[in-house]
Amino acid sequence: MNIVVCIKQVPGTTEVKIDPQTNTLVREGVEGIVNPFDTYALEEGVRLKERFGGVVTVVSMGPPQAEAALREAISVGADQAILLSDRAFAGSDTLATAYVLSRAIARIGDYDLVICGKQTLDGDTGQVGPELAQRLGIPFVAYVSKVEAIQDGQMRVQRLIEEGHELMEAPLPCVMSVVKEINVPRLPSLRGMMRAKGAQIPVWTARDLDIEADRVGVAGSPTRVIRVFFPQRTRKSQMLEGTAESQVEQLVERLRETKLI
Amino acid sequence: MGCLSVMHYFLNEQQRMIKGLARRIAEERIMPVRAELDEREEFPWDVMKELAEADLFRIFIPEAYGGLGGGCLDLCVAVEELSRGCCGIAVSYAASSLGSIALIEYGTEEQRQKYLPDIASGAKLAAFALTESMAGSDAAAIRTTAVRDGENYILNGTKQFITNGGEAELYTIIALTDPAKGARGASAILVEKGTPGFTFGKKERKMGIRASTTRELVFHNCRVPRQNLLGREGSGFIITLKTLDRSRPGVGAQAVGLAQGALEAAVAYARERHQFGQPISSFQAIQHMLADMATQVEAARALVYAVARAIDTGVKDYTEAAAMAKLFASDMAMRVTTDAVQIFGGVGYMRDYPVEKMMRDAKITQIYEGTNQVLRNTIALELLKRKAKPE
Amino acid sequence: MGIQIDLEKCTGCGACLPACPLDALELAEDKPRVKDNCNLCGACRDACEYDAIIIEEAPEKIAPDTGFRGVWVFAEQRQGQLKGVAYELVSKGRELADSLGTELGVVCFGHQVQGVEQLVAYGADKVYLVDDPALAHYQDDLYAHQLARLIEEHRPEILLAGATSLGRSFIPRVAAMLETGLTADCTGLDIDGDTRLLLQTRPTFGGNIMATITCRARRPQMATVRPHVFKKGIPKDGRQGQIIRIDFDRSAVTSRTKLLGFIEDLTEKVRLEEADIIVSGGRGLGKPENFQLLQELADVLGAALGSSRPPVDEGWIPYSHQVGQTGKTVCPKLYIACGISGAVQHLAGMQTSEVIVAINHDPHAPIFEIATYGIVGDLFEIVPMLIARLKEARG
Repeated sequence: MNIVVCIKQVPGTTEVKIDPQTNTLVREGVEGIVNPFDTYALEEGVRLKERFGGVVTVVSMGPPQAEAALREAISVGADQAILLSDRAFAGSDTLATAYVLSRAIARIGDYDLVICGKQTLDGDTGQVGPELAQRLGIPFVAYVSKVEAIQDGQMRVQRLIEEGHELMEAPLPCVMSVVKEINVPRLPSLRGMMRAKGAQIPVWTARDLDIEADRVGVAGSPTRVIRVFFPQRTRKSQMLEGTAESQVEQLVERLRETKLI
Repeated sequence: MGCLSVMHYFLNEQQRMIKGLARRIAEERIMPVRAELDEREEFPWDVMKELAEADLFRIFIPEAYGGLGGGCLDLCVAVEELSRGCCGIAVSYAASSLGSIALIEYGTEEQRQKYLPDIASGAKLAAFALTESMAGSDAAAIRTTAVRDGENYILNGTKQFITNGGEAELYTIIALTDPAKGARGASAILVEKGTPGFTFGKKERKMGIRASTTRELVFHNCRVPRQNLLGREGSGFIITLKTLDRSRPGVGAQAVGLAQGALEAAVAYARERHQFGQPISSFQAIQHMLADMATQVEAARALVYAVARAIDTGVKDYTEAAAMAKLFASDMAMRVTTDAVQIFGGVGYMRDYPVEKMMRDAKITQIYEGTNQVLRNTIALELLKRKAKPE
Repeated sequence: MGIQIDLEKCTGCGACLPACPLDALELAEDKPRVKDNCNLCGACRDACEYDAIIIEEAPEKIAPDTGFRGVWVFAEQRQGQLKGVAYELVSKGRELADSLGTELGVVCFGHQVQGVEQLVAYGADKVYLVDDPALAHYQDDLYAHQLARLIEEHRPEILLAGATSLGRSFIPRVAAMLETGLTADCTGLDIDGDTRLLLQTRPTFGGNIMATITCRARRPQMATVRPHVFKKGIPKDGRQGQIIRIDFDRSAVTSRTKLLGFIEDLTEKVRLEEADIIVSGGRGLGKPENFQLLQELADVLGAALGSSRPPVDEGWIPYSHQVGQTGKTVCPKLYIACGISGAVQHLAGMQTSEVIVAINHDPHAPIFEIATYGIVGDLFEIVPMLIARLKEARG
């Protein structure tokens, strides 16, 4: 069972806050981290490999620094990693990114399952997985929360939707995106870290992947960010003062006035 | 990463890796559960499994037996970082190292092959048993016997306050093979959990390090094969002294990590707690306490690392240095954790905040693996002995 | 293409620095310098009083295709019932179609879907209904294929779908089939009058930043839209529209995935997204048992129980209760936040609530900035009192 896991390096800005005085982003620790949602994909890939054998290959499209994320993936159990990096890829939107990933996965060739996180921490789109499946011409199963069984070329999974869990069957190869309920990602091991340190991580460029220039980067991306701004918060707040009794009394009165209770 | 050490200790790559990983485990897997484990006095099996998967038990085992062949400093940085999270968990880890030292140093090839790979993988924990109810600081007063009977030893007696007692699978027992000779008749013998005649007493209810397990080991006509003897008959006391010399920097590292955790908590609290309209960190009384705490932590760390490094470079006689590291660091941890509680004030005394636990945990570092009073004797003795020798 | 600072015009006033949402400007020798992470959004240019910042746009390679007309909405159903987001999008789609002077088409897949004519009352001009037992439940392959075929045939310029688990699964596949752009999880939609472009605004960076995105050169312009952001309009009885039934061509596509069953989430008594009142708890509750207190308040109010992320992470309450960026977006009439500090990720999921009540001991908690009514106090004192008062009022 050969598995490809797609990961992204994102800014480690889980504690992003807006400074109320200056209205700018307060960023603590801008070092790159593996997209947290992708760590569940990686862990599931490694667990499936441990159950069914095979090889876990991790791919990431990004700048040369993204190699660090790939090394981290090896330290938690991935067998090999490939960095997809080329100046031509810069500015790719999800459609273009899915194209590059599909070219890389086609080049890897021998795979049974592709796993992605449900979305990234920075972009939050969750579009690359399904777009990648379409590019590869294989089925897609979103929001998988449990892999129940894999046998006879079929995978049976539970997936999380608004109302509960759907039980699905999909033929291999396919692409699945996973949610955090699926597992608790392991921490690296010392031997894994040593292996990661010494690992060769090939870099595949646009030429290696026979990329058509007008399908990647800014030129190959149909969408374009034209404006970025801070969300407005324009609610008039009213603090209810006084003793606890009086605060509760005022609240009940206000809610009654607005016919909410 | 909070308040890191201000010093650069020039750790090698493996040591930096160990430090980073142990810190991550402490922050992600230990800190969230430490209060609950302490409250429930529950052995941290889940965390032990994490440590095993992270290869931390491999650090102190030679490479030939599935370990990483790390030195004393490698172990110290791991113990320090784990202790920063929870000293009770760190000691459960460190006790497995303590229980392996004699086997590594004095075991036969066959004994090592048999036991060390499982300890390296973390599949089995080890423990070391010396103390008895009548033999604490006066270790020569042990009464547990191991009498030869053909191809076996028959053990009788009770060991007390044994860390990892009942949880560990492999025990290094110091027992008298020749009771007539007293301390010179002591030997070190490996006993596996489950051996008939080997049972465990009640789990002790402790003041601190409550996530760790401390139990009595009870031997009643317990037969173990002769092959379980470590070293020679009668070498039990030498083995004990060497084992403790080797492990004491690790206790120092526990104390340093614990104090570092308390210092960081105190700094964070001092910055966020407002009184008289300003953060209490703006008061010089608090600033000076913090400065003293930080200085003491750093001094202890420097001593512990220096001793561990000396051991790793092959220094033969380090009894005095190892005792100093443990003594200095543990007294420091008691002061620093007490000051941390003081800075927290009333809430520091409450179990909602971690510093009261740290203060409770710190106390044991002054007591176990040689009380600080006995260590002062050791240090003084070596000092005076050296003074008597011509330079 | 790029950004340039005209150092002649620049006075070094620094007004552009805080305007940058990406922190991509720094002062070097009293003049701003652009860092690598600049994405040419133009916020600094707008902030500059001296026109010293110039951003050159790349010329578009392809002129916008004018052959596409009409706004389309994909109306999602489950078990034959149209979902709330379908009506929200039809109402919003109507607005967009009106400003473009074009018609609104609604696509609906399912089997024996109830109330399709209601879509007309809410504003649809045409409803393309594909009713077939094979489409009764969501099937990735069938839905994607069928929608792509309809789009290719009818060529709408805009397609909107709910950013639900269903929409976010298969709409990207449709976009890839059609080689067009897709914007995920939009919370704002407008039409640029000059270019007829759809301005798609969405939160990014965990809700810290809003980005407006366009798809200039390819059609349709596709967006998934977050539920409960746009209000459902008022249906007009007697509004005219066509319901076009389309046969599903089973021979054209087969579903490779199979739905084997469904396990309902029974932990959730009242569906959060549909609740009029939500009582929500945060880290301030201190321990799982204290959700009992909030449940009691919820019971008195007939409310659903919500949570911010920390209690869910701590395992105090199941994930299905989580409100916020990584949980559910809700828009109740009344949202009572107890012991919730108001991290931006939480606010992203509830700030459109009509009335927000915040109870927190920390007067500086950000939740108070968006609360309609704020009470600084001990929730363990306030909430029991509130429960008692409400019970008493009810008699």
